[in-house]
Amino acid sequence: MNRQAQGVVLLLLGGAVLKASLTDVYLRYVKEGLQPFLIAAGAVLVVAAVVTLAHDLRQQLRGTKNEKDSHDHSGHGPTVGWLLVLPVIGLLLVAPPALGSFAAGQSGTALSSQAISDYPPLPPGDPAKISVLEYASRAIYDNGTSIGDRTVQMSGFVSPGVAGELLLTRMILSCCAADGRPIKLGMTGGAPVDLPADTWIEVTGKYSSKAGTDPVNGEQIPYIDVQTWVRIEPPRNQYQ
Amino acid sequence: MSDVTAQTTDGHHHPAAPGGPTDPPPEKPRRLFGDRIGSVEVLTAVLVLLVVFRGPVSSAISSPRLQTWTTVFVSVMVQAVPFLVFGVVLSAVIAVFVPPSFWAKALPKHPALAVPVASVAGVVLPGCECGSVPIAGSLIRRGVTPAAALAFLLAAPAINPIVLTATAVAFPNNPEMVVGRGVASLIVAMLMGWLWLRLGKAEWIRLPHRHDEGVGKLIAFWAAVRHDVIHAGGFLVVGAMAAATINVVVPERWLLTLADNPVLSVLALAVLAVVLSICSEADAFVAASLSQFSLTSRLVFLVVGPMVDLKLISMQTGVFGRRFATRFSPATFAVAVLVAVGVGVVVL
Repeated sequence: MNRQAQGVVLLLLGGAVLKASLTDVYLRYVKEGLQPFLIAAGAVLVVAAVVTLAHDLRQQLRGTKNEKDSHDHSGHGPTVGWLLVLPVIGLLLVAPPALGSFAAGQSGTALSSQAISDYPPLPPGDPAKISVLEYASRAIYDNGTSIGDRTVQMSGFVSPGVAGELLLTRMILSCCAADGRPIKLGMTGGAPVDLPADTWIEVTGKYSSKAGTDPVNGEQIPYIDVQTWVRIEPPRNQYQ
Repeated sequence: MSDVTAQTTDGHHHPAAPGGPTDPPPEKPRRLFGDRIGSVEVLTAVLVLLVVFRGPVSSAISSPRLQTWTTVFVSVMVQAVPFLVFGVVLSAVIAVFVPPSFWAKALPKHPALAVPVASVAGVVLPGCECGSVPIAGSLIRRGVTPAAALAFLLAAPAINPIVLTATAVAFPNNPEMVVGRGVASLIVAMLMGWLWLRLGKAEWIRLPHRHDEGVGKLIAFWAAVRHDVIHAGGFLVVGAMAAATINVVVPERWLLTLADNPVLSVLALAVLAVVLSICSEADAFVAASLSQFSLTSRLVFLVVGPMVDLKLISMQTGVFGRRFATRFSPATFAVAVLVAVGVGVVVL
């Protein structure tokens, strides 16, 4: 891998990171807070590439390929550096979607790691807009006391549960999609049926005392008594 | 520090050849396609083909399993790139702007004393493990004794404030996990440093050669950045692919059958920490969610993860050489598991 090739690979990598972080694509893979660091890192890579390519071009124009440079070209860059093209292809050409129902089915609901210790009153409004995580946590660890008789609204995607039952699911990230874990919610009442997996819906309903267990890790899955539901577009940030 | 410069041999030296003075590089055959069509042209052609056939390529990986693999792979890379670049820039600063005399003054003269000082110094580097590999390489290059640099390499990703805060947040009811993690990681880092002093051989470390001399400082700085990103980054890709594969292939259900046996659960989570390669700022949340496992086995997960994992082994191979990585990683793994279990027994 000669110096010119290294410069080109760096330019591609920096460009891909910049493009992903300046659009919303990066939200499919990492937390929102990483954006400034991604932009900075992409910029550093681009500058390193430009300096490398300019330096290389200047030497080529001068035509002074001395001993040191020919050595530099033969043995400097490791072949493994070419692999950096793969994340570039992944980011620019494939741009895979955010984790969905397949990943959710692979791991058990991660409620216990996210338990909230105190339960303030629900936000005002009818219905109260809350997150799947907040509902699940209040339903299991607070036995629904702080939800009471209020109507709540939340959004998530549909993933298949036991025996074809549909679960309202949201993935939570602590760092990147590699540690993404699902929060699963069962639906009773006017629950949707026969929706394809990964369809995003917004559910309005009330607390249900019903609870099931996740076959993957044996943790509790709370239920919501669905009154109405609508299909929605996936939100800008699909994780919580 | 003449013995240190002697280790700095060409990264692509033949494995059989001993370290020390390098023979003149053999005349490599010219490029396959002559001088006109080089690797850059081939890369361009491949990329153009990929853009043209983007549709078929995308549909070829549309199965949910493959798609999840791609998502996890890309996300590990995206997550690691800022830390990699931060570490690489810092290591380039060390390599180019900080004179070797600084380290001679900052660290105790005696290597055995330099090890604990370097371990504790890891507290100040907020970042995850991808950044600390090039930094440790740079420290060795600047004459820091390898034992101290390696202790720093192990300690920095595990005991910095960000990681310990994340651990506290992930285990709100078990603050002793934070103490256990910090203490166990520090002990492992120091033990490995001292172990290196006793058993380590300088020739195991083969830092890839750089041609920084004789150019301006700024040019040298950017050359060091480019060099380290290509080296460490290339191996990071290998690690990210391995982590994505494990993530998609191994369902959580298999793991949970091991949770009931105390010995197996420790070993299972130790191995899981190695293969999952989660960055140290996030692993506490994953450990917290493995609630079927004992606290001790989860402490092992938190101590092993930032010190030995697939992407680290891969990056260490790239930065320090294969002979180093094949010895250092297994030793660190064993020491980390033992120390974490010991600390777990005392603290938890």
